[in-house]
Amino acid sequence: MGKGKGDVKLLGAWPSPYAVRVNIALNLKSVDYEFQTENLATGSKSELLIKSNPVHKKIPVLLHGGKPICESLIIVQYIDEVWSDGPSILPSDPYDRAVARFWAAYVDDKFYTAVKGIVVADGEEAKAAAVKVLKDGLVLLEEAFLKSSAGEGKPFFGGDEIGYLDIALGSLLGWLRVTEKSFNVKLFEEATTPRLVSWVDSFCKHPAVKDELPETDKLFEYAQKVVYPRIKAFAAAAAK
Amino acid sequence: MGENEIDEGLKVYGFSISPFTRKVEMTLNLKGIKYEHIEEDLNNKSSDLLRYNPVHKATPVLLHNGNPLPESLIIMEYIDDTWTDADPIMPPDPYDRAMVRFWANFIDTKLVPAIKVAVLRECEEEEHEKKIEEAKHWVKTIENVLGEKKKFFGGEKIGYLDIAAIWLIGWVPAMQEAAGWELISKEKFPFLSAWTQEMLSHQVVRDNLPHRDPLHAYYVWRLSGFKPELTPVFK
Repeated sequence: MGKGKGDVKLLGAWPSPYAVRVNIALNLKSVDYEFQTENLATGSKSELLIKSNPVHKKIPVLLHGGKPICESLIIVQYIDEVWSDGPSILPSDPYDRAVARFWAAYVDDKFYTAVKGIVVADGEEAKAAAVKVLKDGLVLLEEAFLKSSAGEGKPFFGGDEIGYLDIALGSLLGWLRVTEKSFNVKLFEEATTPRLVSWVDSFCKHPAVKDELPETDKLFEYAQKVVYPRIKAFAAAAAK
Repeated sequence: MGENEIDEGLKVYGFSISPFTRKVEMTLNLKGIKYEHIEEDLNNKSSDLLRYNPVHKATPVLLHNGNPLPESLIIMEYIDDTWTDADPIMPPDPYDRAMVRFWANFIDTKLVPAIKVAVLRECEEEEHEKKIEEAKHWVKTIENVLGEKKKFFGGEKIGYLDIAAIWLIGWVPAMQEAAGWELISKEKFPFLSAWTQEMLSHQVVRDNLPHRDPLHAYYVWRLSGFKPELTPVFK
């Protein structure tokens, strides 16, 4: 059941995995929405963004009936609770729900830091160590995958359908692929994360997802031109 | 399950001077849920804790019928979702729920770190004034969420965000006392001050605040730059 476009607006940007989470959640629920792009490359923020998210001044922001909701995982939960007649995003069992929240928070806590660690690592050894951090995290998620309903042979963390943790982790796939390409490493491997290897494939093909993940080549260029230099500059400034 | 029976399958692995542990226990106590508290020595973590929270190896961990769950805010929502005959701490409306989740996250990730840096002077001397202003800005921000009219963040009753904000009641005063000055004064933040009094008028809140002495000793130790001779012994 789609709602009028004017009712739902997403402030996002194509390179942002956090914004992508919201795109996917809205698609899952068949919600019509207006998409307004923030230009992350220039770093200049729109008035609407500053007004809607004065605390963090970051995307994504969902505006529903003009009321702003911030923080991607909070927005995804909001979408699940409001459009409750669509497919469920959070699991229905309280413990499963809590576990999904735990791993989604883990992804947010660890993965971006781990990717940054690879970008700023000086020398082969440091890079290898930084890559290991990320790969170890993926092994933990492989274990979590096996423990979830996916362990019973279902394709997603959420079971037959993509759910909260699928969205939380899957939204990063663009960036994980760029990391693989930029640093000539393999993050998902048959040897260490066999189930996740098939999961990646299933997730990317899902109708709610396939148009939302940024193209690897386009994101790769964006990473080299904008994001990696920014990460390095920030790290250099912090080190002083 | 009667209110006065300890749920055999319910344990909290915690560290009593930590607000994360206290948030969980305050939630359980508000709902009249009985549980067993297991005190962890963070310098000598139990094998149980390491088994139940292998990822972060941290307290608190809730163990319910053999199922472990770490992370205080996640545990709080789990408690709310599971013990449904007690009064909920989360508001019913999805937008309000999004708001309290946002502000609870803000408290942990922006407000408390800023207060610590300012009060404990954990920055370069020339940056300190700026850090004080920043902290005051964030304190004002959370005070505006409370506003003038509400007794609690949860309205008429203590809710999720009130519990998430107990930092301000149990820990910030001890920090200020050890540091010898007040960032959050009654005059500058009258609504938060009124809220603090409302909260303290509840037995459940008072019972779940850390004891002053060990907390004071911790902040004195921290202010000293963690001098070994000042290391507190946590009982």
